[in-house]
Amino acid sequence: MTNESTLAAPNLLRRIPWRSVAIVVPFLAVLIALSISSPAFLTFQNVGNVLDRQAGILIVAAASTLVLIAGGIDLSIGATYMFTAVICGTVIVKVGGAEGAALGILAGVLAGLIVGIANGLIITYLKINPLIATLAMSFIILGATKLVSQFGKQGVGQIRVDVDEFRWLATTKPLGISLPTWIAFVILVILGIVLWRTTFGRYVYAAGGNAEAARLAGIRVNLVRISTFALAGLAAGIAGVIDLARTPSVPENDAIATTLTFTVLAGIVVGGTSILGGEGAIWRTVLGILFIAMLYNGFTLLRVDPLFQGIALGVIILVAVGFDAWSKYRRT
Amino acid sequence: MGRVVVTDVASSDAPQLLVELRGVGKSFGGLPVLSNIDLRLQPGSVHALVGENGAGKSTLSKIIAGLYTADSGVIVVNGEEVSFSSPREALDRGIATIAQELALVPALTVAENVFLGREPRTLGWVSRRKLRKEFTRLAERTGFTFNPDAQVGSLRTADQQKVEILRALARGASLIIMDEPTAALSAHDTELLHGVVRQLAATGHTVLLISHYLREVIELCDTVTILRDGQLIRTAPTADETEASLIEGMLGRSLGSVFPPKAPAPTDGDDVLTVTDLVGPGVNGVSLSLRPGEIVGLAGLVGAGRSEIAHAIYGAVRRSGGSVAVGGVECGPSITGALRSGIFLIPESRKEQGLVLGRPIRQNVTLSNLNEVAIGGWVNPNRERRAARGMLERVTVAGDDRRNVSALSGGNQQKVLFARALQRTRKVLIADEPTRGVDVGSRRAIYDLIAEQAAQGIGVLVISSDVEEVLGLAHRILVIRAGRVVAELSGDQMTEENVITAAFADPITVGPTPAGPTTAGPITTESY
Repeated sequence: MTNESTLAAPNLLRRIPWRSVAIVVPFLAVLIALSISSPAFLTFQNVGNVLDRQAGILIVAAASTLVLIAGGIDLSIGATYMFTAVICGTVIVKVGGAEGAALGILAGVLAGLIVGIANGLIITYLKINPLIATLAMSFIILGATKLVSQFGKQGVGQIRVDVDEFRWLATTKPLGISLPTWIAFVILVILGIVLWRTTFGRYVYAAGGNAEAARLAGIRVNLVRISTFALAGLAAGIAGVIDLARTPSVPENDAIATTLTFTVLAGIVVGGTSILGGEGAIWRTVLGILFIAMLYNGFTLLRVDPLFQGIALGVIILVAVGFDAWSKYRRT
Repeated sequence: MGRVVVTDVASSDAPQLLVELRGVGKSFGGLPVLSNIDLRLQPGSVHALVGENGAGKSTLSKIIAGLYTADSGVIVVNGEEVSFSSPREALDRGIATIAQELALVPALTVAENVFLGREPRTLGWVSRRKLRKEFTRLAERTGFTFNPDAQVGSLRTADQQKVEILRALARGASLIIMDEPTAALSAHDTELLHGVVRQLAATGHTVLLISHYLREVIELCDTVTILRDGQLIRTAPTADETEASLIEGMLGRSLGSVFPPKAPAPTDGDDVLTVTDLVGPGVNGVSLSLRPGEIVGLAGLVGAGRSEIAHAIYGAVRRSGGSVAVGGVECGPSITGALRSGIFLIPESRKEQGLVLGRPIRQNVTLSNLNEVAIGGWVNPNRERRAARGMLERVTVAGDDRRNVSALSGGNQQKVLFARALQRTRKVLIADEPTRGVDVGSRRAIYDLIAEQAAQGIGVLVISSDVEEVLGLAHRILVIRAGRVVAELSGDQMTEENVITAAFADPITVGPTPAGPTTAGPITTESY
């Protein structure tokens, strides 16, 4: 269909990268507006703080972007994030010392990876819709989290990991920038390049863009999908460990898990990655997450009632998705 | 036939609608797509619109249907100048489009679909009795026979199209635009739909038909309008046209022969593909072989199991029995195994099974063979560009290959799939419906590619619902019915009649020994 329009219309319309404009323009607009209205905003200190706090979420969001591009969705990342933090904290408390810190980090990260692989296997081999499968998994993981945590704290209160060998992870500041920020930066660059330049990245796009075509072209779509879920789990593990080192008490509130999942998805969607798969990029997700963070930060600096943050974010998501749909409509 | 009945149709209750276009033009992004089109759609006639992809057919039909607004010129309906800003407004004036992709609700019944959104109501409740009564009245007017309570999802595509047409009529349409209505239909369903179109014209409706099938145009339509590069070449009674004259009008030159000259059938050489007793979903014990350089056609009705056989050979579905060997070496029951052995499948539906439409042309070419342009998982952009360009040149797809593949016409999209196939030397190429929805110009290019592959010693299996195409290309034809090879035709036996007879013969008897075609004649039946 649309033989003619596809020949003639694209030359002008398709040249305008609507989807890029969708995030870049508002991002820059808010950045400039905040810099002008609040002198405290564009300071090394404030930006450093924002990035440090967003490090974990950026890591999770970047890996989740791969899941979405490959045509899946992972609602269990928030639960996995909490689960890995609890595992890490428990191991540190139980073992203690530098050894405990090392083992804790390893255990946390591995736990994330295992959950991710389990998600992938359930979705591909049991053929359960990813939305439902990871929703169910998130309940299971949250339950498991409580089990582990009861074992970890042995009584009342929270698991606290005031171990310097572990907290070092968050307190070191190479070149004045926090280690979590560095870790996030490196992971984002790696995932970005994987998506952009590797055969695996290509397969991720193909699997999400047209799974049947990818399969008939000889791509092992299931393996690709499982890998993206495994990466998301791994990322949640890393983020859980990093944020535990920053806090340093184990979060034990289901709302934290849910909020993380939704913020990650919101950031990805605001960035312009298609929820339907096949399209998207890491840099979009980074802009999307930072856009939301910047907005929240700006609200705080400008002393706007925090209750407006949620409303503003909701509106922004609707506008972003609406714009996306509109730009797709323009292209057909 | 249409024209003759026009006079006495005036008495029937179908509204007469004379639609005229005067000097209509349209540009997209500064590029003229249509210029100065004059068209008169006579009530009670079937009017065909032909042209290559990109000639402006779809744009023109969309302007009439209110999807696009013309930049210049006017549309006149029954002597009154109109300007549509939406399909809804066009429908209010009696103009409806039956799209290629049907917009029906599969879970609802025929009658419910026909009156969707305008159900006869009593106090807000749909009155089933009234619904059925109105449906019967409508069906009688058009002469369609239908069970109003049948679920639409269970109907065959041709019948679904009929439902869609009825719906248009229920909304008072008297000009019906059909864009490639028979592209997805089997020969039998195509006949059915042609009957419907004739009936519509006989009851005073006007049908504007866009079609790539020139024979259909000549047999079915009263008038034909040829478009080329957005210009109207001529409008003429189809009685004055032949397929050759239409092609010449569309291309601006004569095409020569539709098919490339057939190389003599290879007689020597060991089989390159040997399929023995293959069993799988929809495949009930198929044995066939392919010599190097041989083109074998798989003919049969839609649903006979031709694509299923292709998928089973390619390892895309689980085999439950039998074996596939390439050059005498058994090939694994997976797509990766088939690819390694040198089998490649160009699937039936390029949009659903072939291309990743949202990705660039270049990436679609290299998708199957990305490792050749990558080192250790890293794609080498220069190498990829060179590989893709080389292949695209061979299959004659011009232009920037960083554009999304969705920007290409159907014919060029199909060529991109061939480019993917050519990226590595294959031993066996299976092309499933290689020219479906492809314009005349590209069709020949695709035939040439198939012939060229065979000339290089590759065994080619061509699946097509177009019997002429199979006859024109293949050295040998296997007729498929109910997942089995029911006839093998070669040499003089390869006639349209024999193919159709074998494809349509007796309903297959379930059992280990299916009856062969009753007309023994020149058809050799395979024994099981």
